[in-house]
Amino acid sequence: MGVFWEAVKQAVSLLIHGDRYVYEVMWMSIRVAGTATIFGMVVGIPLGSWLGIKRFWGWGAAAAILNVGLMLPPVVVGLFVFLLLSRQGLLGSLGLLYTPTAMIIAEFFISAPVVAAITMGGVGSVPREVRLQALGLGASRWQSVWLVVREARVVIISAIVAGFGAAISEVGAVMMVGGNLSIAGHNQTGTMTTATMALVREGDYAGAMAFGIILIVLAFLITFLLTRTQQGLRRRWLQS
Amino acid sequence: MPRNPLRRTRDTHHLVAGLALFLTLMLGLALLVSACGSGGATTTSAAQSTTMAAPTTNAPSTTVGSDTTASSAAGGKTSLVLASTTSTQDSGLFDVLIPAFSKAYPQYDVKVVAVGSGEALKLGQTGDADVLLVHSPSAEEDFMKAGYGVDRKAVMYNDFVIVGPTADPAGIKGVSVAVDAFKKIADSKSLFYSRGDASGTNAKELAIWKSAAITPAGNWYQTTGQGMGETLTIADQKDGYTLTDRATWLAKKDSLKGLTLLVEGDKALFNQYHVITCKGAKDVQGANDFMNWIVSADVQQNVIGKYGVDKYGQQLFIPNAATAQ
Repeated sequence: MGVFWEAVKQAVSLLIHGDRYVYEVMWMSIRVAGTATIFGMVVGIPLGSWLGIKRFWGWGAAAAILNVGLMLPPVVVGLFVFLLLSRQGLLGSLGLLYTPTAMIIAEFFISAPVVAAITMGGVGSVPREVRLQALGLGASRWQSVWLVVREARVVIISAIVAGFGAAISEVGAVMMVGGNLSIAGHNQTGTMTTATMALVREGDYAGAMAFGIILIVLAFLITFLLTRTQQGLRRRWLQS
Repeated sequence: MPRNPLRRTRDTHHLVAGLALFLTLMLGLALLVSACGSGGATTTSAAQSTTMAAPTTNAPSTTVGSDTTASSAAGGKTSLVLASTTSTQDSGLFDVLIPAFSKAYPQYDVKVVAVGSGEALKLGQTGDADVLLVHSPSAEEDFMKAGYGVDRKAVMYNDFVIVGPTADPAGIKGVSVAVDAFKKIADSKSLFYSRGDASGTNAKELAIWKSAAITPAGNWYQTTGQGMGETLTIADQKDGYTLTDRATWLAKKDSLKGLTLLVEGDKALFNQYHVITCKGAKDVQGANDFMNWIVSADVQQNVIGKYGVDKYGQQLFIPNAATAQ
């Protein structure tokens, strides 16, 4: 029934028989996106929470700038990181270009703004009375902040998932700073997205489809886990 | 509070429903894609890929059409899909070739899809391309033998060159035989970037390794899986050697500050381009018109023969439709 089904069949066969290159690429994708998202959380959640709670002169502008993070074209991030890490760039002497580290840096700047912006929205929509009441009941400043952030935890989880999603599905930026390199059939800096691109270019639709299937299943899995966690949290929140 | 056992069942129902919906959508999509191919063909088309470094002449193209011979584009023009190589694209030749063809044959809306020769031949096989301009002779011969092409004519040639870091750690500068240069690179384990993408350039590179009786392996031999422009960028950034066609090299060398041309002139580095009309073409007339146009004396001499002289001081491609077979 056509090229499409041929590709799907061969892809499933590849996945079942355990093609080593496919596994290496899969691991690289998850590892890079995961690391970038963890750093993104470390930076994004405090930043988003802070802007969600604190009001100061210039807050409007700061919040607007952070929200740009949701619309930021990732390929522009890739371009900036590439120019930064290239030989002629400021950090060129570090030799980081075309390494997993470079990819993590690029994906960090893609996922962190997403995490921060959504966190800001979530924390910001917790009623101010919650914090005031906590302070009134004798909580310290940090305790009250922690309480507010906990209230927004459902949204924060979706912020993390959104950040991870943005990171793991990025193609252009990762291709630019990663180079999709491999050595003797062993993956060096290829991710599922860049490998798919390169395989289509070579005419290997089956290999590309293998990665496509994994990416879709992964997206499905994460969304399912997210939904369950959110429902679980919501249930317990309602009961509290 | 104990977990409500009924609640788990509902979540499971949601998952099953979601999966069922997803699979139904995938099935529907597959049916749609396969049903829209030309009737009777054993293979149908998936969406075509486009090159990443895309200058003006590139556009994606799908072949969702009915059983008529040519799909029509806007303004009454017929679509003609030319699959060519990233090397040709990166050299900038299409920026003069396509406008010239459109002037001579305004009824065609030419879509240039620049990919590796491997994929270009695949597109010709599945009927996603009407005409090919490629430079991978042995793969092309297999293509013709398998019956996917109607006619194949020589168009132009240039040569490949070996470029590398200006410091030249492998010491290949001025070596006249490509195989010797490759041997020196392998012996010194100097960083070498291979395209590894079934392109004409890649085929030539592998052929040289074969002639040298070397199977390149080790941390120094890296594969990019990308086009010539991208591979040159990587080699430049990382101080590596690579094989490139001269046209792309000339077009890009100003931005590649770390690389120098080191080896040229060996007969083994000869790079012949052919134009092939595809049997599965949707626009057979267009394919023939393009083939006849590109081998015509006027185009050969004035369009191809003059390309690059103004900008680079030398021809990038040497027309040889009349002399070669």
